[in-house]
Amino acid sequence: MSEPILSVRDVAVRFGGIVALDGISFDMPVRKIVGLIGPNGAGKTTLFNCLSRLYVPSDGDILFEGKSILTRPAHRIAEIGIGRTFQNLALFQNLTVLDNVRIGGHCRTRSDYVSDALNLPWSRRNEKQIDESARSIIDYLDLRGVAQRRVGDLPFGTQKRVELARALATNPKLLLLDEPACGLNHEEIEELGERIRHIRDDRNLTVLLVEHHMSLVMSVSDQVVALNFGRKIAEGTPAEVQRSPDVIAAYLGTEKQ
Amino acid sequence: MSVQTENLETAAEHPALAADMVTKPFGRDRTIGIAIGVILFVAAIALPFVTKSFFVFQVTMVLIYAIAILGLNLLTGFNGQFSLGHAAFYAIGAYTAAILMDKAEISYVWTLPVAGIVCFAFGFVFGLPALRLEGIYLALATFALSVATPQILKLSPLEHWTGGVQGIVIMKPDAPFGLPLNQDQWLYFFTLIVTVLLFWLAHNLLKSRTGRAMMAIRDNPIASRSMGINNSIYKALTFGLSASYTGIAGALGAIVVQFVAPDSFTVILSIALLVGLVVGGVGWIPGAFFGGLFVLFVPNIAEQFSKGLSGAFYGIILMGLMFLMPAGVAGFIAMLRRKVLRHEG
Ligand SMILES: Nc1ncnc2c1ncn2[C@@H]1O[C@H](COP(=O)(O)OP(=O)(O)OP(=O)(O)O)[C@@H](O)[C@H]1O
Ligand SMILES: [Mg+2]
Repeated sequence: MSEPILSVRDVAVRFGGIVALDGISFDMPVRKIVGLIGPNGAGKTTLFNCLSRLYVPSDGDILFEGKSILTRPAHRIAEIGIGRTFQNLALFQNLTVLDNVRIGGHCRTRSDYVSDALNLPWSRRNEKQIDESARSIIDYLDLRGVAQRRVGDLPFGTQKRVELARALATNPKLLLLDEPACGLNHEEIEELGERIRHIRDDRNLTVLLVEHHMSLVMSVSDQVVALNFGRKIAEGTPAEVQRSPDVIAAYLGTEKQ
Repeated sequence: MSVQTENLETAAEHPALAADMVTKPFGRDRTIGIAIGVILFVAAIALPFVTKSFFVFQVTMVLIYAIAILGLNLLTGFNGQFSLGHAAFYAIGAYTAAILMDKAEISYVWTLPVAGIVCFAFGFVFGLPALRLEGIYLALATFALSVATPQILKLSPLEHWTGGVQGIVIMKPDAPFGLPLNQDQWLYFFTLIVTVLLFWLAHNLLKSRTGRAMMAIRDNPIASRSMGINNSIYKALTFGLSASYTGIAGALGAIVVQFVAPDSFTVILSIALLVGLVVGGVGWIPGAFFGGLFVLFVPNIAEQFSKGLSGAFYGIILMGLMFLMPAGVAGFIAMLRRKVLRHEG
């Protein structure tokens, strides 16, 4: 088996007295879709925030393509090929859809205040490159009709798609999706499943998918990791994880609450 | 051109969209834009020849305040950082120009880039610790800066340079190349050229990768970091840039007024610039001109109502304006446009 694209090794995160992650380890094989499930508060988003360096693990290591990412600041994560979406939308509300997606291209280009203010030739070339790639992603995700609209004025489902487009514009190798189905209707969720698989195939991505919508995770994932109270309670194929007594107990336990 | 075709394509391919975003108004928008541009251009050229000298001076000051407000807008409107300290950068720019002309006898033209660079450095250095502060805390830190500045300018060790409480008097430059213009007319055109240049640069910047990064930080600093934007660098550089704009305005102000003194640059000026920013429209480039008009003319108008109660009248006018245009002139114009579009569609 080839080297995993991502290795999470004994990662622990504490917030004061709360242990949000308690020694999590798992590997992600290249070009697979891995589902990350667990009841509310299990630590899924916390793990995402460690992967994008917004939180600092108190223990453990995270290797991306064999190298630790813990020495990198948050703003240098996109450039190595880790892109993400947020559980509660984190768009640039006052900007247009097109500009939001263009900002995704920030990490793939260089520029400075002086050349941009003077609109120098290389600045224009840069702009053209950003623009072309943003537009192709906008077309790819059927956002063309709203490209010039202010993103804050759009319906929730569309905003979710814009966030996905923005993440793709960073040209990631590993795409982290935090509850992409949340707030979507039945039809949109089905579309989303298709879309995630297409994205993986078209763009040769690896996807880590946090989702509460079980039929979606189980149908698109190649592999599933289940967390509860910051610990890994199961890992394997969707069928294996669904049969795991710990997973069943965790979900039944939360339903009782 | 490209903007127009873009909209045409979009509407053509999405019939549902074409219903509410008709293509016609965009083509017409462009025509209106060009018409306004031509009228403003002709008016700007003709103005100093058809009005009195004092009015020319006042319009020059409006342009200068517009530059200072644009500087503040780059920081607050486009990057989301507050400042009640811009009078300090205005003062540093003004004193840089005055000292260079007074002590080093450098031509007024060259004092502008120097003031720009000096204020950029001050703004950048001030912007670094300011990175740790946000919102009202940053407003407070910058407030302290503008409270301190006039007093520092009065310090006796600096008196040789700054002229202490007396300030510095400078000479008004003549028109170059034997142009048939009096001093006020020439300074007006000189300021106009600098204004156009600075607004053009800001316009380019804001529609570029750098400008988008600035606005991304304003809208969502966590997401901007995750998109690979180095928030700290952009915020500090934007602070420098903003200070630089306001400093160049200060330098122009010194040249045009022919005088600098510490008490012209108190925190009142910072607040006046902030008021101008809000009245014109936060995050809208042309708003700075409306802000400039307000800063210069409204106190005079208030004084005409009543000498003793000018402050009260100023307050009433300000409240009235904000009541009529809660989002400044920018919001008002956007609303008018929407109304016209709805009326037609
Ligand atoms: N910034 C923070 N400060 C303090 N506690 C936090 C912080 N972020 C997360 N936590 C805590 O860590 C635990 C894990 O939270 P996390 O958001 O990772 O859960 P989750 O699995 O994403 O849950 P959900 O499905 O509800 O999104 C929770 O107890 C949460 O309250
Ligand atoms: Mg979560």
